[in-house]
Amino acid sequence: MANIVLNSLVKKYGNTTAVHGIDLQVKDGEFVVLVGPSGCGKSTTLRMIAGLEDISGGTISIDGRVVNEAEPKDRNIAMVFQNYAIYPHMTVAQNIGFGLYTSKLPESEKKKRIEETAKILGLESLLGRRPSQLSGGQRQRVAIGRAMVRNPAAFLFDEPLSNLDAQLRTQMRLEIKRLHQRLGTTIVFVTHDQVEAMTMADRIVVMRDGRILQVGTPMELYDNPADIFTARFIGSPTMNLLPARLVDKAGHHAAELNGLGASVAVSAGGISGAQGAEVLLGVRPHDLVVSSQGNGIQGLSLSGTVSVVEPLGSETLVHLDVGGASVIASAPGKVIPKAGERVAVNASAGSLYLFDSKSERALCRM
Amino acid sequence: MTMNVAALENPVARRSIRPGRIIIWTLLFLGGVVMMTPILFMLSTSLKDASQVYDLRLIPEAPSLDNYVAVLSDGRFLRWFLNSLFVAVCVTVSNVFFDSLVGYTLAKFNFRGRYIVFIAILSTLMIPTEMLVIPWYLMASNFGWVDTYWGIMFPGMMTAFGTFLMKQFFETVPDEFLEAGRVDGLNEFTIWWRVAMPLVTPAISALAIFTFLGNWTAFFWPLIVTNSRDLYTLPVGLSSFAVEQAIQWEMIMTGASIATIPTLIVFLLLQRYIVRGVMLAGLKG
Repeated sequence: MANIVLNSLVKKYGNTTAVHGIDLQVKDGEFVVLVGPSGCGKSTTLRMIAGLEDISGGTISIDGRVVNEAEPKDRNIAMVFQNYAIYPHMTVAQNIGFGLYTSKLPESEKKKRIEETAKILGLESLLGRRPSQLSGGQRQRVAIGRAMVRNPAAFLFDEPLSNLDAQLRTQMRLEIKRLHQRLGTTIVFVTHDQVEAMTMADRIVVMRDGRILQVGTPMELYDNPADIFTARFIGSPTMNLLPARLVDKAGHHAAELNGLGASVAVSAGGISGAQGAEVLLGVRPHDLVVSSQGNGIQGLSLSGTVSVVEPLGSETLVHLDVGGASVIASAPGKVIPKAGERVAVNASAGSLYLFDSKSERALCRM
Repeated sequence: MTMNVAALENPVARRSIRPGRIIIWTLLFLGGVVMMTPILFMLSTSLKDASQVYDLRLIPEAPSLDNYVAVLSDGRFLRWFLNSLFVAVCVTVSNVFFDSLVGYTLAKFNFRGRYIVFIAILSTLMIPTEMLVIPWYLMASNFGWVDTYWGIMFPGMMTAFGTFLMKQFFETVPDEFLEAGRVDGLNEFTIWWRVAMPLVTPAISALAIFTFLGNWTAFFWPLIVTNSRDLYTLPVGLSSFAVEQAIQWEMIMTGASIATIPTLIVFLLLQRYIVRGVMLAGLKG
């Protein structure tokens, strides 16, 4: 096991900077997920940790040792690739054992390790098969097995589930999480799927344009997003953002929704002097609930016309047109409004967020 | 009437009577006849005695294996056969090794001047062999390689075609395979040998076949660089049947018939790789 420290890490390709001096500490045994859209620099960061990309600036330390110049093989890490990268000309056993190719362990010990790894991953009956005879999930397990067999200090996963179908992805997600709980090895996992990040990570690192926007536990990011990007990226369906303006109402701050005639009292501090400022009022669809009555408590109350309904069984997602703005709300599973129907939706004050329109930073949670 | 109905009901049958298809088959048949006739005459002549050689009947009047017995019992033929085999195998092994190594380096490593090196290698394909023979001979002469096995082999130990072919194939190998090897602790040579090479087996087979066939049938350069009969390769040796005494066509044809056997074996064993190799070499450019 190992801790990994990135210090002002920079990656440049010619004149283009892919990673802008990021700092990150991954603790020993921690499961950290780098998440962000395509081109945000997450895979580049992972490849720099692995030693597959030269770094343009800063330092990478693994277990207290700066490894900037170290070859991948000298970093005691193992990597699982998006396309599995298991060798088609080798059997499952040979693929798993290939991780020990340079090891000086006796053959009997190597065989023992291969068998143990196969057992953990449920590949015992497939050891003689070639990759072409395996399903996508089995191939991915073989790739993980090849990484595991070396007993590395840290695992690096580069979008390993993106080639799997939805059902298999859910299953593999669970298996990787179980594996981490069992082995306790440090894991750095890259994905663009926020669900993977939320469900697996001890901590999530949200990246955009080569920069880290926020680092925190899944619930910290969900409950207290630092900016609009994180707020919209984390959580599904994505957070509703309604344009508003800060006004003064009877000596209290309030956010008045543009063109909707509704306003919400802003009780939190830190926004003094922002009178007239353009803001965005955020509310997650799960917190904006379809109701037959108006909101009796302090918070947001809107009404709109149902455009699309997505029944999910446990709940129903209701897409509304609210004065020209598209809003997603939720309803209990058995409540399925009809398209064209007019409904009221309410959100309690504690579930609302306020963001600055210009800086896109979070102002407060109301 | 019945046939017409069947043709209408069966799309395969309907397709088979298209005029275009008949023309294609006819052309292919004619092409096959043109290519097979000399081979059939070669086999036919090898079964004739000297007096029947100019009798152009395809089936000999009194077919006999005497020529085969004569050729095979002549120690020189066996020597030339083994010479050809030795040269062809050595050059093939060398090409597979070095062309793959260079092709892999050009395909998978970024280094300054990579493109220039590749173009320089490719440009040698445009120089005809006839123009290279004199420099080769001067080189062989200066180094004392004339009339040696090495003298026969050295110009073909590495080829631009082989390098090009292997480079094109290695470019199709995903980098992740190689990176996985690097993370697993392999050095670059082992990655090439243990990971990349097995992934381009069709290309290796195609290259091996082309090189083997080319060297098995090579005549011009071995003729120039060898003086002693013991070093003749099979094509050079067979041609000597024509100049030593009177032209012994039946012996030449017998030797040529025997000489086709290794190439036929190589082709039959690896023909699917030849077709795939040629196809891919053409497509991946």
